[in-house]
Amino acid sequence: MDILLQLIVSGIAVGGVYALIALGFVLIYKATSIINFATGEFMMIGAYFFYTFMVMAGLPPIPSFLLVMLCSAMLGLFIERAILRHMLGQPTISIVMVTVGLSSILMGLAEMIWSTDFKSFPPLFPRAPVIIGDIIVRSNLFWGFIAAMIAVIIFALLFKYAKVGVAMRATAGDQMAAFSMGINVRSMFTVAWAMGAIAAALGGVIIGNIGGIQPTLGSIGLKIFPVVILGGLDSIAGAVVGGFIVGLVENIAGGYLDPYVGGGVKDLAPFVVLVLILFIKPYGLFGKQDIERL
Amino acid sequence: MAAHPILSVEGISLSFGGLTVLSEVSFKVNPGEIFAIIGPNGAGKTSILNCIGGFYRPSAGRILFEGDDITRTSPDRRAARGLARTFQNIALFRGMTVLDNIKLGAHAHLKTGLASALMYWGPAHREEMALRERMEQEVIDFLEIEPIRKQAVGSLAYGLQKRVELARALAMEPKVLLMDEPVAGMNAEETEDMARFVLDIKEERDITIVLIEHDMNVIMDISDRVMVVNFGQKIAEGTPDQVQRHPEVIKAYLGEKKG
Repeated sequence: MDILLQLIVSGIAVGGVYALIALGFVLIYKATSIINFATGEFMMIGAYFFYTFMVMAGLPPIPSFLLVMLCSAMLGLFIERAILRHMLGQPTISIVMVTVGLSSILMGLAEMIWSTDFKSFPPLFPRAPVIIGDIIVRSNLFWGFIAAMIAVIIFALLFKYAKVGVAMRATAGDQMAAFSMGINVRSMFTVAWAMGAIAAALGGVIIGNIGGIQPTLGSIGLKIFPVVILGGLDSIAGAVVGGFIVGLVENIAGGYLDPYVGGGVKDLAPFVVLVLILFIKPYGLFGKQDIERL
Repeated sequence: MAAHPILSVEGISLSFGGLTVLSEVSFKVNPGEIFAIIGPNGAGKTSILNCIGGFYRPSAGRILFEGDDITRTSPDRRAARGLARTFQNIALFRGMTVLDNIKLGAHAHLKTGLASALMYWGPAHREEMALRERMEQEVIDFLEIEPIRKQAVGSLAYGLQKRVELARALAMEPKVLLMDEPVAGMNAEETEDMARFVLDIKEERDITIVLIEHDMNVIMDISDRVMVVNFGQKIAEGTPDQVQRHPEVIKAYLGEKKG
């Protein structure tokens, strides 16, 4: 019983971070309908930005954090303006392939700039594990979860109430109508890429703080596919729920089954559940079909 | 006759690949009138609206709005200048409530740039919001949609959705309202309501209306002037009476007389 609770708690904690990274995917998909295969690399680059500011430049955590957000926004903005804007009107598959290529380029750049060596951050949070009842949670995981949830809530509120957020939702809903409302649809695409890159980068900093960073960190980005497909590609609430489900499934399956098969279940389980859910609900749990999407 | 047309379309042509959609269509719309564009299916009516709204760029000719050339202006800028639009297939933001949709209409006056988004709070902002709210309420009262303001638009009856779309356009406080088939698919009662609203908009709100419609009764009842297009060309223009008697128009609608 204790083990189960323990697995559930760490599953939720990891799931919260997945939710944040998935949000980086959803924000872009929602506004531009582009499936961004480079989300994981945005995350990885974000972690390296943080490493650069905090370790290499020796800045304190908060300014480093703000600079990471700024630089990631610039990265997203640059990629949209310089590359994807020219792809407007091209077939979806071409645009998707561009993002796949982009992920390789970003990984290569990271290797060139920061080398392939394993890097880690100095401790950001108090070291002592957090104890909730009988459960012990690693401090990095606990505080990482809190930080991720705060970021998710801020993004959700922005999307729901702020002027840019409403304009982005309108753009996602109907581009022609958005244009006729005086919304500059093209600049909304740019904003979506900038916001998506920020969300992914924040997730990257948290993940990097938990397990250290390497240019291959972006492969964690693959896990957002079960997350977003579970939740529905264009639903923020779905990304959050999907994140928790994937976090829970991989922890519980890994915890109970890995000892019997010698490992690997943890990475496999989310995809198995994904396939099962798609059998039942092809649109994902929250996707498409006109329900209010946060 | 007013001295300056509020909108003038000067010889616009439009083609997609080898297909000519519009050829040298010209007309002027005077401030405060209801100007109707009619014609058989595929005559190019919606294309004309799309050129005025900025979604299509004509290959020749130009479009003047309040005397300024807007042929190369982006659709969102045109909206901000005072051109509002309703669509043939309702283009509401379906996940949102009626009120949210109307609020978006009011967005046309707000800058949606990054800089202004950062200055989201502050007294000037609050004042502006209060003003907006009063205006939104006024539009809601005008179109008699108070009871449904909190509902999601997706759940509303077709006629009501059309009305909400109109409310959203009015919240933009446009100078010219472009309406693409405002009564298409409506029953008799809904049609009558909509026709009344269109007349009220013109009379009480001082908004010039350009509309496309298939319903001849509505057109003849409410329009000040009518233009007829067929195969992308203008074939007649005048008062409803004049147009109805025009031989070219009779030919286009009823076919050529044999013999």
